[in-house]
Amino acid sequence: MADFDSELDASGLNCPLPILRAKKALAGLSAGQVLHIIATDPGSVKDFEAFAKQTGNELMESKEEGGKFSFLIKKA
Amino acid sequence: MSEKKLAIIATKGTLDWGYPPFILASTAAALGYDVEIFFTFYGLQLLKKKMDVKVSPLGNPGMPMPMAMDKWFPVLGTAIPGMESMMTMMMKNKMKSKGVASLEDLRELCIEAEVRIVACQMTVDLFDMNPADFIDGVEFGGAATFFEFAGDSDITLFI
Repeated sequence: MADFDSELDASGLNCPLPILRAKKALAGLSAGQVLHIIATDPGSVKDFEAFAKQTGNELMESKEEGGKFSFLIKKA
Repeated sequence: MSEKKLAIIATKGTLDWGYPPFILASTAAALGYDVEIFFTFYGLQLLKKKMDVKVSPLGNPGMPMPMAMDKWFPVLGTAIPGMESMMTMMMKNKMKSKGVASLEDLRELCIEAEVRIVACQMTVDLFDMNPADFIDGVEFGGAATFFEFAGDSDITLFI
Protein backbone atom coordinates (compact mmCIF):
# COMPACT_ATOMS: atom_id res chain seq x y z
CA MET A 1 0.00 0.00 0.00
CA ALA A 2 1.14 3.48 -0.89
CA ASP A 3 2.01 5.97 1.80
CA PHE A 4 -0.60 8.30 3.17
CA ASP A 5 -0.58 11.33 5.45
CA SER A 6 -3.88 10.90 7.21
CA GLU A 7 -6.45 8.17 7.76
CA LEU A 8 -10.22 8.20 8.03
CA ASP A 9 -12.19 5.21 9.23
CA ALA A 10 -15.74 5.55 7.91
CA SER A 11 -16.65 1.92 8.65
CA GLY A 12 -20.31 1.39 9.47
CA LEU A 13 -21.32 4.78 8.09
CA ASN A 14 -23.81 5.06 5.28
CA CYS A 15 -24.35 7.53 2.44
CA PRO A 16 -23.56 10.42 2.45
CA LEU A 17 -21.45 10.34 5.62
CA PRO A 18 -18.25 8.75 4.19
CA ILE A 19 -18.08 11.51 1.55
CA LEU A 20 -18.84 14.27 4.04
CA ARG A 21 -16.23 13.01 6.50
CA ALA A 22 -13.67 12.66 3.70
CA LYS A 23 -14.34 16.21 2.55
CA LYS A 24 -13.76 17.42 6.09
CA ALA A 25 -10.58 15.37 6.49
CA LEU A 26 -9.22 16.66 3.17
CA ALA A 27 -9.82 20.22 4.29
CA GLY A 28 -7.25 19.64 7.02
CA LEU A 29 -4.56 18.50 4.56
CA SER A 30 -2.38 20.53 2.25
CA ALA A 31 -2.15 20.07 -1.51
CA GLY A 32 -0.38 16.87 -2.51
CA GLN A 33 -1.06 15.09 0.78
CA VAL A 34 -2.87 11.77 0.69
CA LEU A 35 -5.90 10.64 2.69
CA HIS A 36 -6.57 6.97 3.29
CA ILE A 37 -10.26 6.14 3.75
CA ILE A 38 -11.76 2.89 4.96
CA ALA A 39 -15.48 2.32 4.39
CA THR A 40 -18.00 -0.50 4.49
CA ASP A 41 -20.73 1.16 2.41
CA PRO A 42 -20.66 -0.54 -1.04
CA GLY A 43 -22.10 2.66 -2.53
CA SER A 44 -18.94 4.50 -1.53
CA VAL A 45 -16.98 2.89 -4.41
CA LYS A 46 -18.90 4.80 -7.08
CA ASP A 47 -19.36 7.79 -4.81
CA PHE A 48 -15.64 8.35 -4.23
CA GLU A 49 -15.03 8.10 -8.00
CA ALA A 50 -17.68 10.77 -8.52
CA PHE A 51 -16.35 12.84 -5.63
CA ALA A 52 -12.82 12.82 -7.07
CA LYS A 53 -14.03 13.70 -10.55
CA GLN A 54 -16.06 16.65 -9.35
CA THR A 55 -13.68 18.08 -6.76
CA GLY A 56 -10.46 17.61 -8.73
CA ASN A 57 -8.86 15.56 -5.95
CA GLU A 58 -7.17 12.48 -7.38
CA LEU A 59 -8.48 9.01 -6.52
CA MET A 60 -5.15 7.17 -6.54
CA GLU A 61 -6.46 3.82 -5.42
CA SER A 62 -9.77 2.08 -4.80
CA LYS A 63 -9.88 -1.50 -3.63
CA GLU A 64 -11.80 -4.03 -1.62
CA GLU A 65 -10.23 -6.24 0.97
CA GLY A 66 -12.26 -8.54 3.19
CA GLY A 67 -15.57 -6.73 2.82
CA LYS A 68 -13.97 -3.35 3.48
CA PHE A 69 -13.36 -0.70 0.88
CA SER A 70 -10.18 1.29 0.88
CA PHE A 71 -9.45 4.52 -0.97
CA LEU A 72 -6.46 6.77 -1.41
CA ILE A 73 -7.26 10.35 -2.34
CA LYS A 74 -4.62 12.96 -3.08
CA LYS A 75 -5.64 16.50 -2.30
CA ALA A 76 -5.50 18.82 -5.31
CA MET B 1 -13.29 25.86 -10.49
CA SER B 2 -16.38 27.99 -11.02
CA GLU B 3 -18.94 27.27 -8.35
CA LYS B 4 -22.08 25.43 -9.33
CA LYS B 5 -25.36 26.22 -7.63
CA LEU B 6 -28.07 23.94 -6.27
CA ALA B 7 -31.47 25.28 -5.20
CA ILE B 8 -33.89 23.02 -3.32
CA ILE B 9 -37.47 23.59 -2.21
CA ALA B 10 -38.30 21.40 0.81
CA THR B 11 -42.04 21.01 1.32
CA LYS B 12 -42.45 17.90 3.44
CA GLY B 13 -42.31 17.48 7.19
CA THR B 14 -41.92 13.76 7.72
CA LEU B 15 -38.93 11.74 8.87
CA ASP B 16 -38.51 9.95 5.54
CA TRP B 17 -39.03 13.01 3.33
CA GLY B 18 -36.72 15.08 5.47
CA TYR B 19 -33.73 13.08 4.25
CA PRO B 20 -33.51 14.01 0.55
CA PRO B 21 -33.07 17.77 1.02
CA PHE B 22 -30.43 17.41 3.74
CA ILE B 23 -28.54 14.54 2.06
CA LEU B 24 -28.43 16.28 -1.31
CA ALA B 25 -27.59 19.68 0.14
CA SER B 26 -24.74 18.43 2.34
CA THR B 27 -23.28 16.28 -0.43
CA ALA B 28 -23.51 19.05 -3.01
CA ALA B 29 -21.77 21.39 -0.58
CA ALA B 30 -19.00 18.80 -0.16
CA LEU B 31 -18.64 18.70 -3.94
CA GLY B 32 -18.18 22.45 -4.03
CA TYR B 33 -21.69 23.59 -4.85
CA ASP B 34 -23.18 26.76 -3.46
CA VAL B 35 -26.46 25.51 -1.95
CA GLU B 36 -29.71 27.05 -0.80
CA ILE B 37 -32.76 25.25 0.61
CA PHE B 38 -36.08 27.07 0.69
CA PHE B 39 -38.33 25.52 3.36
CA THR B 40 -42.04 25.98 2.84
CA PHE B 41 -45.26 24.57 4.26
CA TYR B 42 -44.60 21.30 6.17
CA GLY B 43 -40.92 21.49 5.29
CA LEU B 44 -40.61 24.13 7.99
CA GLN B 45 -40.90 21.34 10.60
CA LEU B 46 -37.35 20.41 9.58
CA LEU B 47 -36.08 23.74 10.91
CA LYS B 48 -37.43 23.42 14.45
CA LYS B 49 -34.73 23.31 17.13
CA LYS B 50 -36.53 20.34 18.59
CA MET B 51 -37.26 18.44 15.42
CA ASP B 52 -40.22 16.15 16.03
CA VAL B 53 -40.93 14.53 12.70
CA LYS B 54 -42.46 11.12 12.17
CA VAL B 55 -42.88 8.54 9.45
CA SER B 56 -46.41 7.33 8.80
CA PRO B 57 -47.45 3.96 7.41
CA LEU B 58 -50.91 5.46 6.79
CA GLY B 59 -51.54 5.93 3.09
CA ASN B 60 -48.01 4.78 2.38
CA PRO B 61 -48.34 1.36 0.68
CA GLY B 62 -44.70 1.41 -0.44
CA MET B 63 -43.40 1.41 3.11
CA PRO B 64 -41.78 -1.89 4.08
CA MET B 65 -43.33 -3.03 7.35
CA PRO B 66 -41.16 -4.83 9.88
CA MET B 67 -42.09 -8.31 11.17
CA ALA B 68 -44.57 -8.88 8.32
CA MET B 69 -46.90 -6.43 10.02
CA ASP B 70 -48.57 -5.67 6.71
CA LYS B 71 -49.95 -9.23 6.77
CA TRP B 72 -51.42 -8.76 10.23
CA PHE B 73 -52.83 -5.29 9.84
CA PRO B 74 -55.23 -4.34 7.07
CA VAL B 75 -54.75 -0.85 5.62
CA LEU B 76 -57.04 0.59 8.27
CA GLY B 77 -54.82 -0.92 10.96
CA THR B 78 -52.16 1.60 10.09
CA ALA B 79 -54.50 4.26 11.48
CA ILE B 80 -54.47 2.72 14.98
CA PRO B 81 -53.37 5.27 17.60
CA GLY B 82 -49.73 4.82 18.49
CA MET B 83 -48.90 3.15 15.18
CA GLU B 84 -47.14 6.25 13.87
CA SER B 85 -44.96 6.65 16.95
CA MET B 86 -44.11 2.97 16.92
CA MET B 87 -43.16 2.97 13.23
CA THR B 88 -41.11 6.13 13.76
CA MET B 89 -39.21 4.53 16.61
CA MET B 90 -38.59 1.38 14.58
CA MET B 91 -37.44 3.39 11.58
CA LYS B 92 -35.03 5.44 13.70
CA ASN B 93 -33.57 2.28 15.25
CA LYS B 94 -33.19 0.71 11.83
CA MET B 95 -31.43 3.77 10.47
CA LYS B 96 -29.09 3.88 13.43
CA SER B 97 -28.18 0.23 13.02
CA LYS B 98 -27.41 0.79 9.33
CA GLY B 99 -25.17 3.78 9.96
CA VAL B 100 -27.57 6.29 8.45
CA ALA B 101 -27.12 9.73 9.98
CA SER B 102 -29.95 11.30 11.95
CA LEU B 103 -31.79 14.23 10.38
CA GLU B 104 -30.41 16.48 13.10
CA ASP B 105 -26.83 15.44 12.25
CA LEU B 106 -27.36 15.96 8.53
CA ARG B 107 -28.90 19.35 9.18
CA GLU B 108 -25.91 20.28 11.32
CA LEU B 109 -23.56 19.16 8.53
CA CYS B 110 -25.46 21.38 6.08
CA ILE B 111 -25.08 24.35 8.39
CA GLU B 112 -21.36 23.65 8.87
CA ALA B 113 -21.00 23.52 5.09
CA GLU B 114 -22.66 26.94 4.86
CA VAL B 115 -25.80 25.78 3.11
CA ARG B 116 -28.10 28.80 3.03
CA ILE B 117 -31.39 28.12 4.77
CA VAL B 118 -34.46 30.18 3.93
CA ALA B 119 -37.82 29.82 5.66
CA CYS B 120 -40.97 30.80 3.80
CA GLN B 121 -42.29 33.88 5.61
CA MET B 122 -45.82 33.36 4.32
CA THR B 123 -46.03 29.82 5.80
CA VAL B 124 -44.57 31.02 9.11
CA ASP B 125 -47.38 33.60 9.30
CA LEU B 126 -50.03 31.20 8.02
CA PHE B 127 -49.37 28.57 10.68
CA ASP B 128 -48.56 31.12 13.41
CA MET B 129 -45.12 29.59 13.84
CA ASN B 130 -42.68 31.20 16.23
CA PRO B 131 -39.35 32.08 14.55
CA ALA B 132 -37.71 31.56 17.96
CA ASP B 133 -38.48 27.84 17.63
CA PHE B 134 -36.23 27.61 14.58
CA ILE B 135 -32.52 26.87 14.57
CA ASP B 136 -30.13 29.81 14.35
CA GLY B 137 -29.05 31.16 11.00
CA VAL B 138 -32.40 30.83 9.25
CA GLU B 139 -33.25 33.64 6.83
CA PHE B 140 -36.85 34.54 6.09
CA GLY B 141 -38.10 35.32 2.62
CA GLY B 142 -40.65 34.71 -0.08
CA ALA B 143 -40.83 33.35 -3.59
CA ALA B 144 -38.83 36.24 -4.99
CA THR B 145 -36.02 35.44 -2.52
CA PHE B 146 -35.97 31.88 -3.83
CA PHE B 147 -35.74 33.00 -7.45
CA GLU B 148 -32.93 35.40 -6.65
CA PHE B 149 -30.79 32.32 -5.97
CA ALA B 150 -32.55 29.70 -8.12
CA GLY B 151 -32.64 31.98 -11.16
CA ASP B 152 -29.02 31.28 -11.97
CA SER B 153 -28.61 27.89 -10.30
CA ASP B 154 -27.53 24.79 -12.22
CA ILE B 155 -29.93 22.40 -10.51
CA THR B 156 -33.31 23.08 -8.93
CA LEU B 157 -35.23 20.43 -7.03
CA PHE B 158 -38.71 20.43 -5.57
CA ILE B 159 -38.94 17.91 -2.76
